[in-house]
Parts: sequence; structure tokens; C-alpha cells
Amino acid sequence: MSRTWAELLGDAAGVVDDEERTGFFGRLRESLSKSRRALTDQLAAAAFDAADDESWERLEVALLRADVGVPATAELVGRLEARGEIGSLEDALAEEVERLFGEPPTLAVQGATPRVILVVGVNGTGKTTTIGKLANTLREHGRSVLLGAGDTFRAAAEEQLEIWATRSGADLVGASAGGDPAAVAFDAIEAGRARGRDVVIIDTAGRLHTQTNLMAELEKVRRVIAGRIDDAPHETLLVVDATTGQNGLQQARLFAAAAGVTGVVLTKLDGSAKGGVAVAIAHELGLPVKLVGVGEAVGDLRPFDAHDFARALISG
Amino acid sequence: MFDTLSDRLQTALGGLSRKGRLDEETVTKAMREVRLALLEADVDFEVVKEFVAAIKERALGADVLTGLEPGQRVVKIVHEELTQLMGAGDSKLAFGRPPTVILMTGLQGSGKTTSSAKLALLLRREGKQPALVAADLQRPAAIDQLEQLGRQIQVPVYRGDNADPVAVSKAGVEWAKHNGNDVVIVDTAGRLHVDEELMDELARVRDATKPLNVLLVLDAMTGQEAVNVAKAFQERVAFDGLVMTKLDGDARGGAALSVKAVTGCPIKLVSIGEKLDQIEWFHPDRMASRILGMGDVLTLIEKAEAAAEEGEQEEMERRMRAGEFTFDDFLSSYRMIRRMGPLQGVLKMMPGIGKQLDGIDIDEKQMARVEAIVLSMTPHERRVPHAINGPRRRRIADGSGTTIDEVNKLLQARKQMAKMVKQMGKGKLPALPPELTRAPRR
Ligand SMILES: Nc1nc2c(ncn2[C@@H]2O[C@H](COP(=O)(O)OP(=O)(O)OP(=O)(O)O)[C@@H](O)[C@H]2O)c(=O)[nH]1
Ligand SMILES: [Mg+2]
Repeated sequence: MSRTWAELLGDAAGVVDDEERTGFFGRLRESLSKSRRALTDQLAAAAFDAADDESWERLEVALLRADVGVPATAELVGRLEARGEIGSLEDALAEEVERLFGEPPTLAVQGATPRVILVVGVNGTGKTTTIGKLANTLREHGRSVLLGAGDTFRAAAEEQLEIWATRSGADLVGASAGGDPAAVAFDAIEAGRARGRDVVIIDTAGRLHTQTNLMAELEKVRRVIAGRIDDAPHETLLVVDATTGQNGLQQARLFAAAAGVTGVVLTKLDGSAKGGVAVAIAHELGLPVKLVGVGEAVGDLRPFDAHDFARALISG
Repeated sequence: MFDTLSDRLQTALGGLSRKGRLDEETVTKAMREVRLALLEADVDFEVVKEFVAAIKERALGADVLTGLEPGQRVVKIVHEELTQLMGAGDSKLAFGRPPTVILMTGLQGSGKTTSSAKLALLLRREGKQPALVAADLQRPAAIDQLEQLGRQIQVPVYRGDNADPVAVSKAGVEWAKHNGNDVVIVDTAGRLHVDEELMDELARVRDATKPLNVLLVLDAMTGQEAVNVAKAFQERVAFDGLVMTKLDGDARGGAALSVKAVTGCPIKLVSIGEKLDQIEWFHPDRMASRILGMGDVLTLIEKAEAAAEEGEQEEMERRMRAGEFTFDDFLSSYRMIRRMGPLQGVLKMMPGIGKQLDGIDIDEKQMARVEAIVLSMTPHERRVPHAINGPRRRRIADGSGTTIDEVNKLLQARKQMAKMVKQMGKGKLPALPPELTRAPRR
């Protein structure tokens, strides 16, 4: 049973949609391309035998190929070895991965409004698209939403967000000249307050975590937000492309340090990438994954479900 | 955490003798480290396996290289093989009867639109008359983005009024031909390699535009998935070469090796910054160094050049040739480094530098201390560092509010840098990171 939006948002459970419960990964498994299935079929078919070195090696290979990385793979394998009795590998691994990810997280949208969500990440990971999708879901779950176009750098970034605002029925606050992202954040929060919006989501320009001046700019955006509302931003989401390899860990480290990241959004899981670097991130930094992106359409955002994710890691 | 292959090897093979051939046990140990380093750099699992097997053979048969420690020999072999593997094939673009069509393809968010504009600028500067075609009709505002970029670089952009990318691309090429452009760069929508429908569409765009160059744009941060992506794009659109993007970050870029190994397609261009002129032709040796975490001296020098003010740069060059490296140089390179921005990234690029400045702990705050130390030296001391004797050290430490120990460390660091600079000035790269040439740790 996959995690629902109501659970993630901390809302009273509504009527649980069957489709929602099946979860994205469930459907994903059903529609896997043949070529990608080979490896896991190996894993599944040759029933896992804890006494057999080859079984362990196959597991290791599967995790490495999923971008879990050497240290986190060693950790997971170590934990499984320590269990002695494995039983179903899929279930055992899912349990260990779930433990690593910790308690299922919620999205901090309860409490005094407006709630402020800051969205950060390297170039092209899917920040703006995620914001569009999230705005839409929040609207569907009874919140009014305002978007702040804090990407004042990339050509046509505001136009892009504006299209998403229209699609999701959210308000948009753009950069009224000047092009200072902190000023946009300021304006967005003021507008959100004045108009009584429940959630304000602020987009930022993609930046490489190694660009110290741009990372400092993020710190400033944060400070300005905190200056308007004491405990804001209530969420700072780091958007990570599931196709990312081990550099994702470094991204998480540096964004966490500069922007106080509260959770990860793993995008593009509709491809064949597994997003295993999220395990490495959880292992080293304890950052939870909160949302997953599974396509470019407005409905393609889901709450993260560790169990589904873990199973998908080694299946297909 | 090990940072570089050299570090790893030094630790693994530290105590071994310099003499004789590499024996089986040494090589096996070394290969384990090579494997880990490559995996950490995101090289594909299978590619790593094959590559390591090939290297192992070479390492075992390797001739006795006098003066090199076992670790150094292995690094050298690995570096050479990597360079050779990635350098095979033509890294130039093909040009034919005008207009030459270049088709840009790739996953979502890999950097196609920006790369299209950058390539247009690069070609314009090489004397061509390029045009751009906005055929990404999928992502909101993608056309606006390309148009704005086109305006910035003064390259005409075609935008169609059709919802079909095949028709738009075709019309765009016709339009450019009509206008007398000799190169047409077609920007397409990002798509997943597993999306049959969109891959099919891309194949139709290719058939309609008959590109002489199909380029796959790949993010340098791509992990194990790179191979699946490349295979799928090769199968469906038979791309001719690779554009690696976001190499200005600190990703090792092992995907470059994976893709080259499984498709045989050369890497043609690398994108190294957000500014529109930050794209360049591919250099296999630099990429090899980068994947191995050996530092990329050439790139560093280029960055330094860009950051240095004109006069400063010429002066530096003169001094480097002469093999001089005074504290004045030290200070100005420090300041240059600062202007370059991401300090850790830059220092990582410099073989051994991170290590040499150990204990001085290069973070932004410490930089100020280093600067203070240098500024407490007299002009003469800065020019003639050998003159700095015991009493002078004390005075400098007092003057800068630091300790003698810190001053000593800085003096050491300058010496190391001077050595490296001398080598670079002679047109030689320090082939091996200096830390390898020091006594083994264990
Ligand atoms: N297939 C797929 N594509 C996605 C997903 N999320 C985003 N994308 C696509 O990825 C590309 C980049 O998305 P953006 O939202 O523009 O990314 P960004 O992080 O805002 O990019 P910059 O602002 O340029 O740094 C677009 O083509 C999106 O449609 C996803 O979950 N699946
Ligand atoms: Mg964006």
C-alpha cells in the first residue's frame, strides 16, 4: 500500500483512491521494458541464498547499477548480512531501505498560513515543473497557492512558471524588474499574505552547488523569507534528477549547508533510472525524500513511498 | 573518504618497492582501487569491469619504469588508457553542402537549448553563419528561451506556427537555406529514451532534416543510466557525437567514458559554464584526469586566465616561463582563485594543491589569514622568499596575528607551488600529483 497525499500533507484521510494505493512503482513494474528486466529476473529467479556468495554479488551489482553508490551499498548489504535470515530478499531490502529513510515524512503545509516552500537544485532537474505539479495537487487538496518566479536568471524562466500557474490555477508573482530573487521572494510572501493564500512556493534559478556566489544568493533568499515569517521557509525542497549519479550526494551536501534543505524531490522516475543516489543521500545526510516526479504532465507527482522505491531499486 | 585515485593507490600500495615489475598481488590490489574510483566517478558498472581487466593486463606486462613508484605507474597506465579510449574518433563536426544541419537531442534538462545557442555562437566566431530552429514544442516557454538566447548572440531563430516538431524542423531548415545560413542547429524537446512515441518522433525529425551531425547532449552528472540512454538514442537516431554539459561543476563525468565505450561515438564538445561562450572542443586527456580526480591543470590555467586581469596575466605568464613564483605571485593567484568563485572546486582541479595546503585548511575564512600573512611580509621578503629566516618568521606571525607554525606551512606551500609552476612553465604538466612523489604515508 503506497503512501497517499492525505498522509503526506497531514490531512484527515479522505476516500482512498485505489489507484493511488497501487502506487506508481507498482504500475511501473507492470510496464517495464524487456531489456531492463533481465537483471532483476536474475535476482528474483535465482532465489536469494544467503549462503551463496554469488547471490550477494548479484545484489551488490543491482544496487550499484541503481546508483546507490559504494558506501551505501556496503551499508545495506552489511545490514542484510547481519540479519542472518533473509527470507524474501525484496521484503528484507525494502525494510532496510525504509529504516534508512526513517519515519515517513510529511510536507509542512499545516499551521498558520501562508506556508512557504522554497525549491532549489542544480540546472534542469525539474524544479519549475515540480512546482507546477505541486501547486496543482495542493489546489486539489483544498489549498490556495501563489507562485513566486524567483528564477530571474534563465531566459524565459518566468514565462515557463506563468504557464504552470495558469495550468494549476495558482497566482503568480513575477520579478518586477531588477531581477533580485530575494526581492521576488519578499514580494511573493507579501502578496500571499495580502491575498490570504495558504501556500507560497518560490522557484529559484538552477545553480551548480559549486558556484559559491550563487549559493550565497540562496542563503540570502532564505534570510529574507525568514525575515518576513519567523519559521519560514517551512519546507526547502531539493530537486534531484533520478538520472544523477554519485554527484547527487555532493549536491545534497552543499545545498543542505547553504539552504537548509528539509527534503528531496526525486524527478524523472518515469525513465528507467532508479534514483538510487537518494539512498546515498539518506544514508549520509539523513535527508528524506518527500515527493517523486513521474512525468511531465500536471498529475505526475506522487508522495514518496520508501517501500515501493526499495522494491523498484532491485526490480527491473 | 578518498578523493582521488592517486590517494587511493598511495594508501593501497604505499609500502611497495620501486624496483622490478609489478607483481600479481600488487596489481590486483591496485585494480580494486581503480575499480572503486571509477565507480565513484559514475562509470558504468560493466564498462568498469572491462576496462579494469584490460588495464590489469597492461599493468602486469608493464616495463620497468625507473624512478616511479608502483602507484604512480598504475596511475600513468590508467590515465593513458583512458585518454586513448576517449580520444578515439573525430571530435570535429562534419560540414557539407550548405546548410549543414546539426540536430540536438537528449533527455529532459540535459541542457540542449543552452548548448544549441552556445554552439551557434562558437560557430559564428569561427566564421560560420548559423541559424537556430526552435523545435522544442513540449516544454512551456522553450521557444521563448531560444529566441531570447538568439537575440543575445545575434543568431536568427526560426519559430514555426505548427504544433508538429517534424514540420517545424523541416520548415526551419528551408527557411535558413533561403536566408543563406550555412549551418542550422535544430533544438528538440527533451525526451526519455524509453518513450517509444517520442523517440519515434525524433527519428522522423531526423529523416525530415537530414542532419550531417546528430548530437546527444548529456549531463556530466549522469549516473549508471548513461549507457541505457546512449544505446537507445544510438539505436533510434544514430547520433554522431556527444556534448557533455555542466562540466563546470564537480561531477567526475564518468558517463563520458561509459558512452564512448558502449557506442563508440566520440565526445565532441564540452559545456563548462552558464555564459554563452562557455563551450569548447573536447580534450580527452583533460577528461581522463577529471574522471580519475587527478586534477585538471589545463582547465585551471584557463580559468585563471579568464579571471586574471590583462596585465596580471601576461606578467604571470612571463614569470611562469622563468620558473619564478614569489609571494607576490602567490598572493595574486590567491586573489585570482577567489575571483574564480567556488574555491573547493578550483582547488580540487589542481593536483596536490589541496594536500599541500593541508593544515592551512583552505576555506574562505582561512584565505583571509593566508592573505594576512603575505601582507605582513615586506616587499623584499615577498620577492625573495628565501630571505625569510627565523626572526622574520616570528615578526610575520606577530604582524598577521597568526602562529609561526602557520607561517611555516605557508612557506612550504609556496615552495611546492613554485615547483609545479616551473614544470608548467616548461610546458610540461606535472604528470603525476606531487603527493605521490613524497614519501609514502605508511
Ligand atoms: N520525464 C520527466 N520529465 C520531467 C520531470 N520533471 C521535469 N521534467 C522535464 O525536465 C525538463 C526540465 O524541467 P524544469 O522544470 O524546467 O527544470 P528546472 O529545474 O526548473 O530547470 P532550470 O530552471 O533551467 O534549472 C523539462 O523538460 C521538464 O518537462 C519528470 O518527473 N519526468
Ligand atoms: Mg526552472
